[in-house]
Amino acid sequence: MRDSAEPHTAIADPMLPIAMRVSEAWRELDDVVSLRLVTKDGAPFAFAPGQFNMLYAFGVGEAAISISGDPARTGELLHTIRDVGAVSGALTRLKAGDEVGVRGPFGSSWPVDSEHDRHLLFVAGGLGLAPLRPAIYRALATRHRFASITLIMGARSPRDLLYPYQLAGWTASHALRLNITVDHAGPEWTGSVGVVTTEFARALAGIDPAKVSAYLCGPEIMMRFGAMGLADMGVSTERMWLSMERSMKCAIGLCGHCQFGPDFVCKDGPVFRHDEIARRLTLKEI
Amino acid sequence: MERAAALDDPRPVLSALIEAGYRVIAPVEQDGAIRYLPAVDPDSLPKGRIDSQTPGSYRLEDGDPERWFDYVVSPESWKAWLYPARRKMWTSTRSEDGLSFERPEAEWTPTAFFGVRPCDLAAIEKQDAILKDGAFADPDYAHRRENALIVVIQCARSAETCFCASMNTGPRAQAGFDIALTELGAEADHRFLVEAGSEAGARVLEGLTEDATEADKDAAHAATNAAAASQIRVMPENVAAGLKARLTAPEWDDVAKRCLNCANCTMACPTCFCSDVQDTSDLTGDLTDRWRVWDSCFNPDFSYIHGGAVRTSSMSRYRQWMTHKLSSWHDQFGASGCVGCGRCIAWCPVGIDIVAEAETLMAQPED
Ligand SMILES: Cc1cc2nc3c(=O)[nH]c(=O)nc-3n(C[C@H](O)[C@H](O)[C@H](O)COP(=O)(O)OP(=O)(O)OC[C@H]3O[C@@H](n4cnc5c(N)ncnc54)[C@H](O)[C@@H]3O)c2cc1C
Ligand code: SF4
Ligand code: SF4
Ligand code: FES
Repeated sequence: MRDSAEPHTAIADPMLPIAMRVSEAWRELDDVVSLRLVTKDGAPFAFAPGQFNMLYAFGVGEAAISISGDPARTGELLHTIRDVGAVSGALTRLKAGDEVGVRGPFGSSWPVDSEHDRHLLFVAGGLGLAPLRPAIYRALATRHRFASITLIMGARSPRDLLYPYQLAGWTASHALRLNITVDHAGPEWTGSVGVVTTEFARALAGIDPAKVSAYLCGPEIMMRFGAMGLADMGVSTERMWLSMERSMKCAIGLCGHCQFGPDFVCKDGPVFRHDEIARRLTLKEI
Repeated sequence: MERAAALDDPRPVLSALIEAGYRVIAPVEQDGAIRYLPAVDPDSLPKGRIDSQTPGSYRLEDGDPERWFDYVVSPESWKAWLYPARRKMWTSTRSEDGLSFERPEAEWTPTAFFGVRPCDLAAIEKQDAILKDGAFADPDYAHRRENALIVVIQCARSAETCFCASMNTGPRAQAGFDIALTELGAEADHRFLVEAGSEAGARVLEGLTEDATEADKDAAHAATNAAAASQIRVMPENVAAGLKARLTAPEWDDVAKRCLNCANCTMACPTCFCSDVQDTSDLTGDLTDRWRVWDSCFNPDFSYIHGGAVRTSSMSRYRQWMTHKLSSWHDQFGASGCVGCGRCIAWCPVGIDIVAEAETLMAQPED
């Protein structure tokens, strides 16, 4: 658990937010907004794919939000936020020029560089593409180092697909292979309908499962069944990673809220190798 | 450092601490219990009092009028001083220049904790590992801790709820203190062994002139050995691995039926460290404070994420508390999260006994 993920960068004062400016805010979906943040002094903000920040909406509170942008672009931070409550709602209402408090980056990361020569399989459910996107950017930046790159995207309906403009760009440029499946769709939808596991056989056709490295992010139940499905097809449980969500207050292992058995999701995770947490995923209310 | 003195009365140690410039926090009787409060007067020590602690009960009674330290752990632990229940973390202001964030000034003066029991010293060391010595530290805790002088009182008596001997945390502290006192003998032989455990402690003891004898030291060991031998509760040795192998045992439901989820055990426990945050704003709305407040894994909202809490059942919350204390703490910090102080047993309104529950669970088949 502690050595499977790459360490995060040093943080000056992990308890005290720094103020960052919203340089751009745009709506992705009905209830989802992306923010582009820049430091006030122009200093870079380095992070590793899969890490998150604690974003503070002034006077409202903090929420853990994954970094969804390109790790090579350290001059800005991208965050994609779904409005589900007080803090996330306030964050989605921010406008260009507003300021937000930022603590981070925190947590473990998706191991990408270590998986060279392998088939990379990203499995995203709903907003789960946001924390995965930095890993996809990283993989695409060194495309030649990998045998193949595939993204399986699951969403409730075609209009709930995150970053549709980017999905279109990636397929058009043949940067990666894309399989999309939705839970419900009208007659105009010509793609797949069903849960992400139904796409595995097609996505892995002609690929040696022993050479697959898989990254799963989405609702816990989707990751649990997704990892089980991939393991049944022969993907090694030591070559699958998933990102857990738990209540987080401090993000630095002090408040106890994010405990998941022996792990603190904030500092031992959020990215875990599947074999390290497989048993816990099957236990209720851990 | 190699300083050991003998005294007839413990008060000169208190006076020496005050003279050395320390604010002294010491045991005081208040509202029917021992509390750790600023000691304005060495005569405020609750001499002659003894505590009766049993599952669900704590009573102070008259004991041997000549003895000073026959009561053991108080309901409150020293975490109330090192990691207060409510503490401001930062203030944020909004102005034309945007947002700014500032920490409050450190305001802690050098403080002597007089009367730390060996289990409570072990608890402080466990909190150190989390709040001070990990990859991320709480600067306020670290500041208070670095300015705390610890005066241990070795336990010559155990309460019925004590099980420090089986947790290897007492009744005698071997190291980690600045000064340690042991109350010895009775009547004509009644005296105190005072040992320095650090340079700072030795400096405080400089003015105490009567050197302790080897016989005093032997008597001190005999006193704490007798306390250990009197303990009736013994934590099963392999409980850490044992609980992990029994996470789905039906007995968890049995204890959950009795547990009120009141969180008393976590508040009384000297190692529990969980906290929540609260934000408060002033009337202008341009100034907000962030507070850290104690929280408990028994709180149904503790595990709340969008869509609902992870641990909705009382069973799962009791299991979290007990497996964290006795099992996953080992994975996280290399040792048990329980020091055997017995507070959670005495302060549980329905008398749930962590040792008895551990024994029951260990008797169940593995998952
Ligand atoms: C590692 C990680 C990465 C994440 N990445 C993203 C991301 O990229 N994008 C995204 O949109 N979301 C992300 N989330 C989820 C996001 O943190 C939550 O959706 C967000 O905290 C919701 O906050 P809220 O106040 O808007 O919602 P609410 O549901 O109102 O509140 C959630 C929090 O507020 C408190 N709270 C509110 N109501 C209650 C109650 N009834 N009882 C108890 N407590 C309550 C709790 O402290 C709780 O933690 C991530 C979460 C984690 C752990
Ligand atoms: S779990 Fe109970 S006995 Fe153990 S340290 Fe905490 S309060 Fe004391
Ligand atoms: S999780 Fe529960 S048992 Fe563990 S430290 Fe927090 S409150 Fe105490
Ligand atoms: S979020 Fe506080 S310990 Fe993990």
